[in-house]
Amino acid sequence: MRHLLSTKDLTRDAAIALLDTAEDMADVADREVKKLPTLRGKTVVNLFFEDSTRTRVSFEVAAKRLSADVITFSAKGSSVSKGESLKDTAQTLAAMGADAVVIRHSASGAPRVLADSGWIDAGIVNAGDGTHEHPTQALLDAFTIRKRLHGAASRGRDLDGVTVTIVGDILHSRVARSNLWLLTALGAHVNFVAPATLLPVSTEGWPVELSYDLDEAVDAGPDVIMMLRIQGERMNAAFFPNAREYSRQWGLDDERVARLPAASIVMHPGPMNRGLEISAGAADSPRSAVLEQVANGVSTRMAVLYHLLSGAVEL
Amino acid sequence: MSTMRVTGATLPDGSGVDLFVENGVFVPTAPKGSTRIIDASGLIALPGLVDLHTHLREPGFEHSETVLSGGRAAAIGGFTAVFAMANTMPVQDTAGVVEQVQSLGERHGYVTVRPIGAVTAGLAGEQLSEIGAMATSRAQVRVFSDDGLCVSDALLMRRALEYVKTFGGVVAQHSQEPRLTIGAQMNEGALSSELGLTGWPAVAEESIIARDVLLAEHVGARLHVCHISTAGSVDVIRWAKARGIKVTAEVTPHHLLLTEDLAASYDSRFKVNPPLRRDEDVLMLREALADGTIDIVATDHAPHPVEAKDCAWGEAANGMVGLESALSVVQTAVVDTGLIGWSDVARVLSSKPAEIGLLDGYATPFTPGSPANFTLYDPTASREFGVGDLRGKSANSPYLGRTLPGRVITTVHNGYPTVIDGELLDSAIVAESAEAHRG
Amino acid sequence: MTARQVLQQADIARALTRISHEILESNRGSSDLVLLGIPTRGVILAKRIAAILDSIEPGAGTVGSLDVTMYRDDLAKNPTRAPGPTEIPAGGIDGKTVILVDDVLYSGRTIRAALDALSDLGRPRAVRLAALVDRGHRELPIRADFVGKNLPTAAGERINVRLLEIDPVEEVTIE
Repeated sequence: MRHLLSTKDLTRDAAIALLDTAEDMADVADREVKKLPTLRGKTVVNLFFEDSTRTRVSFEVAAKRLSADVITFSAKGSSVSKGESLKDTAQTLAAMGADAVVIRHSASGAPRVLADSGWIDAGIVNAGDGTHEHPTQALLDAFTIRKRLHGAASRGRDLDGVTVTIVGDILHSRVARSNLWLLTALGAHVNFVAPATLLPVSTEGWPVELSYDLDEAVDAGPDVIMMLRIQGERMNAAFFPNAREYSRQWGLDDERVARLPAASIVMHPGPMNRGLEISAGAADSPRSAVLEQVANGVSTRMAVLYHLLSGAVEL
Repeated sequence: MSTMRVTGATLPDGSGVDLFVENGVFVPTAPKGSTRIIDASGLIALPGLVDLHTHLREPGFEHSETVLSGGRAAAIGGFTAVFAMANTMPVQDTAGVVEQVQSLGERHGYVTVRPIGAVTAGLAGEQLSEIGAMATSRAQVRVFSDDGLCVSDALLMRRALEYVKTFGGVVAQHSQEPRLTIGAQMNEGALSSELGLTGWPAVAEESIIARDVLLAEHVGARLHVCHISTAGSVDVIRWAKARGIKVTAEVTPHHLLLTEDLAASYDSRFKVNPPLRRDEDVLMLREALADGTIDIVATDHAPHPVEAKDCAWGEAANGMVGLESALSVVQTAVVDTGLIGWSDVARVLSSKPAEIGLLDGYATPFTPGSPANFTLYDPTASREFGVGDLRGKSANSPYLGRTLPGRVITTVHNGYPTVIDGELLDSAIVAESAEAHRG
Repeated sequence: MTARQVLQQADIARALTRISHEILESNRGSSDLVLLGIPTRGVILAKRIAAILDSIEPGAGTVGSLDVTMYRDDLAKNPTRAPGPTEIPAGGIDGKTVILVDDVLYSGRTIRAALDALSDLGRPRAVRLAALVDRGHRELPIRADFVGKNLPTAAGERINVRLLEIDPVEEVTIE
C-alpha cells in the first residue's frame, strides 16, 4: 500500500488484511512491553492543518508503538494555513526525510493533492480531509464491529450481512462516507438516517438506503447504530431549527436505545454532544462501543502505518 | 501602410478567394506596389474572432496577466478584439480606469480592447457605478458587468437594466444566486457529495436567469447572460427568446467540452465558476449553440498565477485560461461533431459577439471597405496542447496534455499581422503597426 | 531445476521423535518447558513435538506460537508481509525454558528476530532452538540445540518443507 487516501480504493481482501494486522497490533497493547521495533528509523510526520487532539494523539501513539520517530506539525493558526503553504510545507517535510505524512486538512482532497503532487515522496495517510473522507476512522469502526460480533475469532472475517445505520449529519460527514465504502466492501448493508437537509442532494449510485425516520430505523433492529456529531454551526446555517427539535427527531435517547435489540452496537466517532445526538444513557449503555472505538483506533492506525511503511515500495 | 495579398483562402462558406488588404481594410483588387503575400491554401479564413468575456487583469493583477500578455494570448488564438472584464484593481467602474485599459490596448495593438464597465461601484453590489461617465468617456463603454459576482439584488438589477438602456448598453450578468452557492466548489450532485466538495447547484444559475429575463421583459431592456452552464439554463433562455425577450446568451469553450468528472482528481486546473457540469449539460449546450438558443462562445479567459492553483481544490482560485485554445476546443466540441459549420463558427465567435457588444467593423467581414480583421486557421492540424502553446502569463489551462485539433496560422488585426506562420510577431513591431494604423 | 527429496514422511517423524527425547534429556524432564513455533510450519512442528513429549510424560509440552514479522530486519526489502498470530500459553514464559521451533535454520536472522520478540514478552530462564533442517550459511552467531537433519546446501538452492497439516504431501526437498 503506497497511500491511504480513501476507503473507496480498498478491496475486501485489502481491508481484511488491514483489520487482521490490527488484531495483531491490538495484542501488543495487552503486553507489558507495548512496543514493536518494526518501524525503527522511519519518520512519521503528523501534519495537522486542523485541530483534532484525539486523532493526532492516536496516530502519535500508533507510530511510537512501532518505534517510528514522530514529528507533529500543527499548522493551524500559524502562518501556514492557506494556499501555497501546503506545497511549501510538503517540500519542507520532504527535505527532512519524512517517510510517511499523516495529514488532516480542512480542504477535501488535500491528501490526494499531496500524494499526486510530486512535492514529496512519502506515503500519505488521510487523517480526515474536509467533508470527504476519514479512512482510519472507518477502519477502526469496522474493526470494532467485527470484534464485537466475532471476538477472538475475528481474523479473516468480513461483515457479510451486518446492517449498519448511520444517523446524523451525513452531508458534512467524512466518517459517513468512509464507512459507507468500507463497510459495503466488507459485505455490510448501510443505511443513512437524517433530515433531508443533512443528506446529500444526490446519492445516485451509492450503495446505501436513505431514510428520514429514526424511529423506523431503530425498530428495524440494526446490528449497529452509529451516531454522528452535530456541529453547532449547522444550526446557524438553518439545516434544522434548533437543538431541541433535532434531538427529539434524530437523537438516540434512552427510550430509543431501549428499543434496540440487546446485541445492537451503539457507536459514535466522538467527541459526543451528550444530550444532543446521543443521550448519556445511550453513550454509557452496555451496547455502547464508544470506548472500544478509541482503543481500537491505535491498533488500526498501527496496522495502516505498518502496511504503508514496512514493505518495499510497490505500485 | 502595409498592403497584403492572401491567396487561395477558403471562406467560412466554403468558397475560395484571394483577399486584398490596403490601409487596414479589405479592397476589391490587388494593391499596387510591394505587397506582403500570404499563401492561405488549405486554410480557412475566419473573420477576426471577438471575445466578449476576457479577464486581462490589468490594472492590479499584472502577475496574472496584462493587457499586453492577454493581447498576445488572444492573437495567437485568432482573436482581433476582446472585451476586458471589469474586475480589475481598481475596478473598471470609472471613466479613468476604462480609458486607461482602452489606451493600453491601443498602444500594444495585438487586439482591439474594449473595456467592460462594472455595474455596481467596486463590484460591491450596493449602488450603480458611474455607468454614464464610462459610456460617454473616450472608451465608450457599452457592456456592463460585475462578472465574478452576480448582481443579485433584484431591485439593483432592475435599475441597472433600465439605466444602461439610457446609453444603448447591455448588462452582462454573471448568474449565480449567492446564498445558494456559499462555499460552492463544483457542480452539485452525487459526485460532489462523494468528493466532499460543496455543491454549486444548477438552480442557483437558472433561478437568476429566470428572474433576469423577466426583469428585462418588464423594463424592455437588453440582457446578456454570461457563461451559461446547465441544460436548465438553456430551457429558460429558449423560453425567454420565444416570448420575445431581448436576451442573448454565451457559453464558454470549456463548458462545451469538459465535465465534472475531472474534479475527481482534485486537480484545481479544472476548478472554474460556473463549474464544469454533467455530460447531459454539455450535450444540451452544444445543441443550443447549434440551434441559436445560445448566441455566442466567449472564453472567460481567467489567468491565475501558479500559487493560486498549486494547492488543495477548496483553496484554489476559480478560472481557466482559454484564449489560446478556444478555436480548437470549439472545433473539437461542435464542428468535428457535425453540429455546426465554419459559417456558424464565424457567427458565434465574431459577428454576433461584436453585435452584442456594439463593436463596429465585424458585421460584413471580408467585404471591401470593412476592416481587415481575420485569422487563417488550419483545421487539419493536430497537436498535444502544452504550456508551449500558451502566450499569456499564466498556465492554468485545463487542456494541457490533451490532443486538440486545428491551429491558428495567421492573425491580422486592422490590416497588419499579429501572427505569421503560427507565431506571434514581436510586440515592438505590432505596436509600431498599430501606431501607424491610428495615423 | 528439479526438486530432490531429502526427507520422507517417516524420516520427519523419526527426526521429531529424536528431537523430543533430546529436549527431555537436556532439560532433565519436562518441567517448565514451553514450545514456541515460528509461523507457519514451525508452529506445526512445535505442536507435533509437544504431542510426542506428552506421550512420553503426560502433561509435558506446553505449546504456542511466536510471530517474528514485526521484528525482522528485512521488512523494507520485501513486499509487505501479513503478520501471523503470536499465542503465548497461559503460564507465560517468565522463568520457563523456551524451545523455539522452526522448520529450516538458515541465516539465523529469523531466530535473531525471535529472540528480540521473546525479550519483549518476558524473561525465560533459558531459550533453546530446535530446527527440522539446518542448511548452514549462518550470518549471525546462532546455532541450533536440536537438529533433525544437517543438510549441506549451496546458497542458490531452496529447501522446501511440506507438512500434511497444510500441504498435500509430507516431505523435505531441495531444489
